[in-house]
Amino acid sequence: MPSIDPTTRDLWQVIAATDEIAPGIVETTLLLDTPIALTRDNAGNPVVWRRTDEEQGDEVDAEAILDRLPATTGYGYIWTSLGNPPADLFPIPEYAEADRKNMSCGSIGIHVSAPRAVENFLDMGHFPYVHTDILGAEPHTEVKEYDVEVSEERDEVLATRCRFIQPRAAKSATTAMEVEYVYRVPHPFCSVLYKSCPEDESRRDVIAIFLQPMTEERCRAHLLQSMIDSTSTITDLRRFQQTIFGQDKPILENQYPKRLPLDPRSETPIRADKSAIAYRRWLSQKGITYGVIPMAS
Amino acid sequence: MTLSVSDPTWYPIASSEDLPFRHVYAGQLLGRELAVWRADDGNVNVWENRCLHRGVRLSIGINEGGELKCQYHGWRYANRSAGCTYIPAHPADAPARRIQNRTYPVREAYGLIWSAANDEQAFRPFPGAEGHDWFALRPMPVNAAPEDVLAALAGLAPDDQPADLLPGLAVRFGGTYYFVQPVDACRAVIRGLLAEPPAEPVATLRHYNETLTKLRDRLERAARKKPAPEPLQPAFDKVSADLATMPDIAIPKGNTITVVVKRKWTSADGVIGFELAARTGHLPTFQPGAHIDIHLPNGMTRQYSITNGPGELMSYIIGVKAESASKGGSKVLVETVREGDLLSISEPRNNFPLRRDATRTVLIAGGIGITPLLSMARFLDKSSLPYELHYFTRAGETVAFRADLEALHGKVTFHTGVPRDEIGATIASALGQWSMAQHVYVCGPGPMLETVRETAAAQGWPEEAIHFEYFKNDKVIDNSSAFDVELARSAMTLHVPSGKTIMEVMRDAGLTVPSSCEQGACGTCLTTVIEGDVDHQDVYLNNSEKASNRCMMTCVSRAKSARLVLDI
Repeated sequence: MPSIDPTTRDLWQVIAATDEIAPGIVETTLLLDTPIALTRDNAGNPVVWRRTDEEQGDEVDAEAILDRLPATTGYGYIWTSLGNPPADLFPIPEYAEADRKNMSCGSIGIHVSAPRAVENFLDMGHFPYVHTDILGAEPHTEVKEYDVEVSEERDEVLATRCRFIQPRAAKSATTAMEVEYVYRVPHPFCSVLYKSCPEDESRRDVIAIFLQPMTEERCRAHLLQSMIDSTSTITDLRRFQQTIFGQDKPILENQYPKRLPLDPRSETPIRADKSAIAYRRWLSQKGITYGVIPMAS
Repeated sequence: MTLSVSDPTWYPIASSEDLPFRHVYAGQLLGRELAVWRADDGNVNVWENRCLHRGVRLSIGINEGGELKCQYHGWRYANRSAGCTYIPAHPADAPARRIQNRTYPVREAYGLIWSAANDEQAFRPFPGAEGHDWFALRPMPVNAAPEDVLAALAGLAPDDQPADLLPGLAVRFGGTYYFVQPVDACRAVIRGLLAEPPAEPVATLRHYNETLTKLRDRLERAARKKPAPEPLQPAFDKVSADLATMPDIAIPKGNTITVVVKRKWTSADGVIGFELAARTGHLPTFQPGAHIDIHLPNGMTRQYSITNGPGELMSYIIGVKAESASKGGSKVLVETVREGDLLSISEPRNNFPLRRDATRTVLIAGGIGITPLLSMARFLDKSSLPYELHYFTRAGETVAFRADLEALHGKVTFHTGVPRDEIGATIASALGQWSMAQHVYVCGPGPMLETVRETAAAQGWPEEAIHFEYFKNDKVIDNSSAFDVELARSAMTLHVPSGKTIMEVMRDAGLTVPSSCEQGACGTCLTTVIEGDVDHQDVYLNNSEKASNRCMMTCVSRAKSARLVLDI
């Protein structure tokens, strides 16, 4: 079994959408090569433990589970940790705004490491080729200059002033528009995207991706949308996001090697990759070794 | 025998039949994945199966015939050299650096494609290879150690005709040869060859398939009972240090290549074609619109555009105008250089990059200005992108490269002998009103360039949609300033008075300075600036290069600051 670096061990890790876990019914999954089981107690609180001989679908009395892993809920998902997690999850304040439609958009397995999937989420250059006629289209292939910083205070990578012309930026968009993005990477395996909202110019839609590292080369992507959209149904909004993700999946699964290489000399960056370069460096500085190919020391 | 990732032996990795045109085959050898594809010129490429940018397999890429396009970010790589020719995220300046995928040696012979882990050994035909019309059997993949597969194949030989083991995991008996392709420590592919095509190919293929299927089942049963050997772990080569950092403005290096004048012909009245071939192998990757500097026998340097299409790297074809008014450069080429002569050329440089994401591209050429536009047209043509080419020639002048132009599928219009006062109207109607994502590229005499620029601007074309290349700087050079230049490497400080160029002052001080046009158009005297504020007066550098304040032309440019520090 691969070793789990201390930083990764102490992180909160997403494992399931809260709504999809029925009280008293065992669900099983894999986190950091560790088989785990989870359910919710009668009060609705998550209960997570290292899987022993339970099977998925078994009924349990959650009170009887004594050897529990830390567990919390946030942004519609259940989170756990194999170590000592911080008191709180990273903040997404918009989630609490009363008029937003918050929804989980499914949990999709991908045969690639979690950091590769984060990097793909940060990348605008692939829009015209992978999400043709939705998030991008030729002739708009140029990635304009944008700003990236690693915020020490908040310990996150922040990319701002990202602009891209999109034929259909959101479910509610009807014509091509230049959208402005802000990307945050507040957690080594999670990223939050803010994009201009077609319905309200003064506010921004929020799309987040939380990756559950199952093994070093396999993960599950859990998607969150927090939208300002008065017309679309939740089903439509979910389907839109799943379409986008379905286009990324085959590309991600053809990335080779599957773990993200952190040595700057392993792949060729261009200016458009500024955020990916900052992300790789940030992972390296944090001492993350899980799901990456660390720099040879 | 233990397999090694660095085994230099040539092994078959595919059948010729696996490589139809416009397809990419996923091959495997010694733990590596390979992207194998045939270009439209018939050449077979064997590359490491990952795009150097973000590691996506090129076996899911798009084979455009002369280039392979990655599905993730649209990067294109050239046939033969695997050099990157286009980066859509930065269409205006990319690729500023030489980015090249890892390639493996390749040979197509006897109905099979052969490759090796490295170039250490030359390809050698197997014993008895010559003189037959080889017929390839269907490949049979086997999950077993390659050496076990070889032993089992040898066991197929009839008792009275013992198997003959050949070098390179091969075995022969009767007229049948079997080659074991070592995919990994525990995986192999059996590739068989028959010395002559059988009378009934389908029945024969079926017969061999049945035999090999039985053999495979037996081998896989046995392999499951044994501990599996460790898979081979090929290392990925690191990219060079300059590719791992953020790209700067490219300062062309002084590398030169020796080429042979393979062909010299009259392409049109007054235009001589030259085909320049590498002495061995292929020439470096170039982008449409790129030019080379030719170092002429009389010591001069002149720039000529490459007219070739994508992936055509066996030779560069240029067109040279035999002008009587020539200062001597082209005249030397036309009059004294003969077929078979050797010439020294620079690596290709591109100051005229073509966007390949436009919805409409208009190419306008005047006279010999057709050369870079012919290359652009060929690239657009091969990718089935919409374009129109307008070629203006004077009355009496004939059309150069006519057959090449007529072979294109785009809209090529020849405008011959249009009276001077009608050229503007013809250009206006060729351009039409601008709409988003339309680009025009123009190369020709100065007055024509100006007409196109003015007409386009009047019809709503924004500056960034009008692309042109000067071969001459028509600007009035302001040489009134006076300043100091510090030459960092030569440890020398010189004063440049008004009325003299930096280059002249350096020459006066005894330095040898390369130059060619001496009017800020060719790029020969491009110099790195370490410190100071440059007063650019050339037409070679683009605006972002000028704004970077990192490079300048010493033949015309000056200083706005009191002092410049140059990397000379």
